[in-house]
Amino acid sequence: MKIHYYPGCTLKVTATQFESSAIASAQALGVEMLELQRWNCCGTVYSLANDDLIRQLAPIRNLIRVRNENGNAVTTLCSMCLNTLKSANLLINENPEKKRTINAFMDEEEDYDGGVEVVHLLEILRDRVGFEEVRGKVTQPLSGLRASPYYGCLLLRPEEIGIDRAESPTILEDLLKSMSAEPIDSPYKAECCGSYQTVDKADLVIEKTRDIVSWAARNKAQCIVVSCPLCFFNLDERQKDLAERESGTALLPVFYFTQLLALALGLGAEVCGFQKHVIDPRPLLSSKGFI
Amino acid sequence: MEARLSHATIHSDFVKKVEELSGQDLLACYQCGKCSAGCPIVEEAEILPSQVLRLVQLGQRDDALHSKTIWLCASCYTCVSRCPRGVDLSKIMEALRQIVLRKNLDHVKVSELSRKEMAKLPPIALISNFRKFTG
Repeated sequence: MKIHYYPGCTLKVTATQFESSAIASAQALGVEMLELQRWNCCGTVYSLANDDLIRQLAPIRNLIRVRNENGNAVTTLCSMCLNTLKSANLLINENPEKKRTINAFMDEEEDYDGGVEVVHLLEILRDRVGFEEVRGKVTQPLSGLRASPYYGCLLLRPEEIGIDRAESPTILEDLLKSMSAEPIDSPYKAECCGSYQTVDKADLVIEKTRDIVSWAARNKAQCIVVSCPLCFFNLDERQKDLAERESGTALLPVFYFTQLLALALGLGAEVCGFQKHVIDPRPLLSSKGFI
Repeated sequence: MEARLSHATIHSDFVKKVEELSGQDLLACYQCGKCSAGCPIVEEAEILPSQVLRLVQLGQRDDALHSKTIWLCASCYTCVSRCPRGVDLSKIMEALRQIVLRKNLDHVKVSELSRKEMAKLPPIALISNFRKFTG
């Protein structure tokens, strides 16, 4: 199958390893991700103020780009992009008057009909490819890898936008099992990492990172698995900050789910960009014989 | 904290403004505290999220707008998914932030942030922070 792909800004800057491992893994599973020829920043956070329609234009414009290329659906990797695109789409589908206002304001564009489906790559793997199919394509089982899935906020909430049950998601666990890895459940898996507070309140994020990582380490997880580039930054970079303050802190590598998938599918470390990580995951991977 | 209650404060323009910006029925909240119980930043907050909502219900404008809590909220929607009354507290927090930010009172002063630290941050962190905390 082919699907249009909206990367968003961070996938092109600090999270290139997420993109390269996702595109290669999807390809190996028969999913061709076609990057939109034109796209713009989605705004990263959905505006929650009722009168703030101007901030809905950025995500809607991207959905118009999908229509310009005759698409009915678009996939994203980043949880924040998923949230803004899907939320803006829902807003105008539920509010015909706001839809009219937005279309009238962007009179240089084709009117947007609200019909583009926004799906996360994890949903494609679960609902269209199927985890059994993934299991069948695994050539390098990740046996013995104890991985703690961390969902954060926007993959799960608000509930009308989330891709799995808000309180008890299993999509990452199910994917990890299809690769023969061992998921380690955590009470912190759906709790916020502090998100963009990392810019002006890093201490708060360091404390959240401590909760998330120390629980995983105590429960013998060897790594953490995420889907959001901001969760990744917080758990990777702020974990190093935590370790600099307190000696003896266990350092757990953080992975995008697509990096583990690429290894399991036998695509090699070349597409995984492990050199971009602050906490180097390669010693763990080579000790397991995966690279 | 001293609260002065009157018909006028409870029906003030401030209360109407929060209702208008958030689209929420403030009086739907019966103060069960479930939002505060699940809030990931509650340990840092001097006023609980449910108390911020109570202040707004009672028209206590200055206490609500000066609370640190509205800036600690990261719009993670945990309170929204758990509220038994269907109140979207994330929208009420946004309304309170917007009331401050629209007076050109930025919470984050971009020029005061460390350049070295900013160079490490992913675009997603900077854009979302500035959209939430600057006017």
